[in-house]
Amino acid sequence: MTIVIRPQAFDPWQELQDYQRASKLGASFGATAVFVGSMRDFNEGETVQAMRLEHYQGMTERHLEKICQQAQSRWDMLDCLIVHRVGELRPSDPIVLVAVWSAHRAAAFDASRFLMEELKSSAPFWKKEQLAAGGGRWVEKNSPG
Amino acid sequence: MSIQVRYFAALRERMGREHDQVDVFPEATVAAVWARAAGDTPLPTNTLCAVNMEYAEPSASVRDGDEVAFFPPVTGG
Repeated sequence: MTIVIRPQAFDPWQELQDYQRASKLGASFGATAVFVGSMRDFNEGETVQAMRLEHYQGMTERHLEKICQQAQSRWDMLDCLIVHRVGELRPSDPIVLVAVWSAHRAAAFDASRFLMEELKSSAPFWKKEQLAAGGGRWVEKNSPG
Repeated sequence: MSIQVRYFAALRERMGREHDQVDVFPEATVAAVWARAAGDTPLPTNTLCAVNMEYAEPSASVRDGDEVAFFPPVTGG
């Protein structure tokens, strides 16, 4: 289980490759489910130019560890990786990577969905958008899905 | 009892500061910490609270040296 809060831009596919290569997973897994969330250039009818992502250092990491432990107790998960961006983002920048390794596909699919939904609904991160039309606004709530 | 209070995101901007240090009576609740720090400003609807980096209800009690945080709904991912 690995949680990374990243203040710089990252390439999720490179992260995934490096992590898997360095792990002790070997040939124990038959399934890897991966979710990548990226920044859109629009939201609520406005063009978004940039975004600042804030977190609560300490609580965010601790909370993500907790939801990984919950997933581990519910599914036969061999390993998981969460990388989440903070700081100044531009459209198309990756925001989040969630990857789950398991022996069979059901656990990987279900645990990754669970991790992503829990992260969105409860991990302390906040987005402030910079609009093309000028001005900034805090995102008030996440989309339902 | 001395409590460290922290504010995040839109709430931090609204308060005009990142943190406060407040003194509260023994067995005070999170809500009492807010009242002490924010004065007449009521706790905005939907505000989330945490004590020592764990989610807590406004009715939860605090202890000397605790860190109490207030923040708006989260929007990560």
